[in-house]
Amino acid sequence: MQIVACIKQVPDTTQVQIDPVTNTLVREGIPFIVNPYDTHALEEALRLKDRFGCRVAAISMGPPNAEATLRKALALGVDDAILLSDRVFGGADTLATSNVLAAAIRKLHEQEEVGVVLCGKQTIDGDTAQVGPGIATRLGYTQLTLVDRIEHIDLEKRAIRVRRKLEGRHEIVEAPLPVLLTVVRELNRPRYPTVPRRLESADAEVKTWSNQVMQLPEPTIGLKGSPTWVSRIFSPERDKGEIIGDGVQDPEGTANLLIDKLLSKDLLAL
Amino acid sequence: MTPTPAIFTPMLIAAGIFFVWSCYRRFSLVTLGQPDDRFDRLGRRIGDMFLYAFGQKRVVAKPFGINHFIIFWSFMVLLLANGEFLVKGVIPALSLALLPAPLYHGLLLAFDLVSLLTLAAILLAFARRIFFPPAYMSTAYVKARSVEGFLILAFIALLMIAYFGLHGAEIALGSEPAAAFMPVSSAIARLLQSSPSAVSLQSVAWFCWWLHALVLLAFICFLPHSKHMHILTAIPNCFFASLEKPNTQPREEFVKGGEFGVDKVDSFTWKDLFDSFSCTECGRCQNACPATATGKPLNPRQVIHAIKTNLLTNGPLLQRDGAHVIPLIGEEGEGSNTEETIWSCTTCGACMEACPVLIEHMPKIIKMRRHLVEMKSTFPDELLNLFENMEQRSNPWGIAPSERTKWCATMEIKPFEKGVTEYLFYIGCAGTFDSRSKQVTVALATILNAAGVSWGILGKEEKCCGDSLRRLGNEFVFDRMAKENVELFRQKGITKVIVQCPHCFSTLKNDYRQYGLELEVIHHGELIDQLLASGRLKLNQQVKDLGRVLFHDSCYLGRHNDVYDAPRDVLRSATGQAPLEMERSRNNSFCCGAGGGRMWMEEFSGERINLNRVDEALRQNADTICTACPYCMTMFEDGLKDRQAGQTRVRDIAEVVAEGLRPV
Ligand SMILES: Cc1cc2nc3c(=O)[nH]c(=O)nc-3n(C[C@H](O)[C@H](O)[C@@H](O)COP(=O)(O)OP(=O)(O)OC[C@H]3O[C@@H](n4cnc5c(N)ncnc54)[C@H](O)[C@@H]3O)c2cc1C
Ligand code: SF4
Ligand code: SF4
Repeated sequence: MQIVACIKQVPDTTQVQIDPVTNTLVREGIPFIVNPYDTHALEEALRLKDRFGCRVAAISMGPPNAEATLRKALALGVDDAILLSDRVFGGADTLATSNVLAAAIRKLHEQEEVGVVLCGKQTIDGDTAQVGPGIATRLGYTQLTLVDRIEHIDLEKRAIRVRRKLEGRHEIVEAPLPVLLTVVRELNRPRYPTVPRRLESADAEVKTWSNQVMQLPEPTIGLKGSPTWVSRIFSPERDKGEIIGDGVQDPEGTANLLIDKLLSKDLLAL
Repeated sequence: MTPTPAIFTPMLIAAGIFFVWSCYRRFSLVTLGQPDDRFDRLGRRIGDMFLYAFGQKRVVAKPFGINHFIIFWSFMVLLLANGEFLVKGVIPALSLALLPAPLYHGLLLAFDLVSLLTLAAILLAFARRIFFPPAYMSTAYVKARSVEGFLILAFIALLMIAYFGLHGAEIALGSEPAAAFMPVSSAIARLLQSSPSAVSLQSVAWFCWWLHALVLLAFICFLPHSKHMHILTAIPNCFFASLEKPNTQPREEFVKGGEFGVDKVDSFTWKDLFDSFSCTECGRCQNACPATATGKPLNPRQVIHAIKTNLLTNGPLLQRDGAHVIPLIGEEGEGSNTEETIWSCTTCGACMEACPVLIEHMPKIIKMRRHLVEMKSTFPDELLNLFENMEQRSNPWGIAPSERTKWCATMEIKPFEKGVTEYLFYIGCAGTFDSRSKQVTVALATILNAAGVSWGILGKEEKCCGDSLRRLGNEFVFDRMAKENVELFRQKGITKVIVQCPHCFSTLKNDYRQYGLELEVIHHGELIDQLLASGRLKLNQQVKDLGRVLFHDSCYLGRHNDVYDAPRDVLRSATGQAPLEMERSRNNSFCCGAGGGRMWMEEFSGERINLNRVDEALRQNADTICTACPYCMTMFEDGLKDRQAGQTRVRDIAEVVAEGLRPV
């Protein structure tokens, strides 16, 4: 049984700015990182490998330079790294993206049965959180989203029990394998690559699957397969704050003012 | 008293064989270590050996060290007397009496007086161990009042007593023609003559001769098995000591299949192992260490002792192709270091500064850190973010590199231009991103402009120097960052660099030299000092309102790079007064707690190091604590807040000088 982790290369959003004229992301000179949630998905896959000795494959759809992301995954210990890259995959929305990723997982399944697919909860650039569920739907897998702990997993009995992190509560759910999990950061602490692994991964192979390999019909992928497109991106205007009272002259009075203000805005509960 | 060679000779031969065999057993263990060239620049090595071993420079730095100085030199003189004793024991006709009379008599006088001096020094040492042993003489495994310590002192005392007994009795018997040259022994002789005891003088002489002989042989046999082995190793250890400041760790070569760092005793270099055999258990490193002082599990002396214990246990097995039975890094134990021990070091270098026999503690700790980070990826949780931030954004906080020029929003700053600008002002990550340190950067920029210095910055192209990574053992990423920086500096034609952070200072100056980049790096303390001295920088007013000003030495400026006077001179020029000194200052300065990557880690056990230092500063009633390092500044400001000492402020020396530039 093998585990698949879906990882996406994203621009380091702390460094992203939006071009005010074209309304597009200024991507020039911005370093790329592995989507932070995906590092936790990858870590969990590697922990399952440590526990059960199963194979782990990391897949990513993206431009050729996304290879760097997969090389990192190799340095961390995955067995296969597959880059889904082709011009015809470009311009995909979440539907087209999950079509390609699901097809890749199916292909991996032909080589060895896939038991668990791990995705991040969402990405930090697209932020839709739709791709994970999209893949699960297309593959007919049970989807367990927002997982912050794997309570129990038995590959033989093909069962998993996880904890989901919901607003203000947790939910424990069980499902038969195969499953797709989307994970949150609380799940684990990602590992740091050892030097020997880094050195080995430097010339390990990242496989590229183009559409010649995948053979997907063009209307289901890329721009053509994407019913959604982004019409405008902009930074919202934010209301400026105000200065209330005089904290130096009258600290007590000012503190009272501040508390009233916060209470009136429902930002503070009594 | 005539010796009996027929009995003594076989005993001497047996003791000699045992001694040689023991030494061989021990020193062959050293050859298990990895190669390290310590045979270069012989002239300097010999010089160091004379200064530190024979001159006992570090030993006498502490008051009680004088006692050791006396014992050491007496030992050297008495080596001759004891040599004669052994030879005469085998061939009674061979003695120093064959030398020209004036020389012989001179020697006799020297032996006699020196023996008395030794006896006095030994009694003092006894008293110290019994009545007032300093806390730093004991560790969990080696106590000040150890049997071994007393046994050795007793051996030496008995040798002296036997010496006087033997010669006193011979003089009393009238069989010593040179009695006139042995005043102390003569006094003993008079005592023996007047004593009513029934024992004959003959038997006293006989007894003392054999006592001397047996103690001497026992000493010879015991020596290689005790901490007193340092008699044999300390002198060569000073000869083989690092000629560079040992805080610059050797590079690692990253090839596939390699092992990185050290987790087995035989992965250390032979010199690391030799160090462990040279430790005198004096405890000075332990007394100087900020980690030990604040209750962390690290004790530099125990680190060295653990290596020795580990080698003595595992070494003989390894020689027989066996396996290690105790781990070098593992649970608490006499021959192991725990991970917490290894992470507690601030790399302040106080241990190495204190060690009388020039043992290099800190590089060994870094080697073990390298193993933990590079081979096992186990390190305190807080470091994961640091490592990722450094690798991804080349600064410890993970702030976007595009924000590197934000500090100079209020100033007109020029980029460094090849062939045009003289100095690169390498701002450093703290000076760039830390809000408090940014004020220092601005102050320094103002000073440079006022003095008309030609300077520029790298702006968004500046990258972290990698100091924390190197000290934390993440040599792999440091290596990459160093190579990038070296390449950048070369491309830009940078040769002269101004820095305001001692960590950047030491890294650019010492560590990058290993990458073939020779830079003229100047810390702002030195630069401002030069500008003031040459008259290029003139202050508009003397800074008066800082009250009692005190200076704290940063480890990476002081101990690691010997810059002590320049910042003090700067403060004297700016305030008109020499700064106050703390109890521990200059090369004995106490770390602020932030070095060695500790800046980025939590301090879970013991007292906080910065509080220990803040308390020391507050004892001097300082109104202003001056620093010359962004880390020290953070540690002091945090510590003062914790102590609620709001009336005391922290200033960088540049801020004090900038204050003096304000028009009156
Ligand atoms: C600013 C911006 C806004 C966008 N808005 C929309 C929109 O409103 N509607 C729309 O349909 N598309 C949108 N897109 C395009 C869309 O985000 C991406 O094309 C789509 O591939 C992934 O969606 P996501 O990034 O939101 O992923 P999410 O659904 O948030 O990702 C969840 C998880 O799926 C996995 N995953 C996602 N993408 C990949 C990949 N390429 N390779 C491997 N694993 C992956 C990861 O594990 C990830 O953590 C937008 C793109 C950007 C940059
Ligand atoms: S370098 Fe400093 S902290 Fe580290 S062991 Fe030596 S004295 Fe202690
Ligand atoms: S390492 Fe040096 S300073 Fe420390 S106990 Fe040994 S000899 Fe003394």
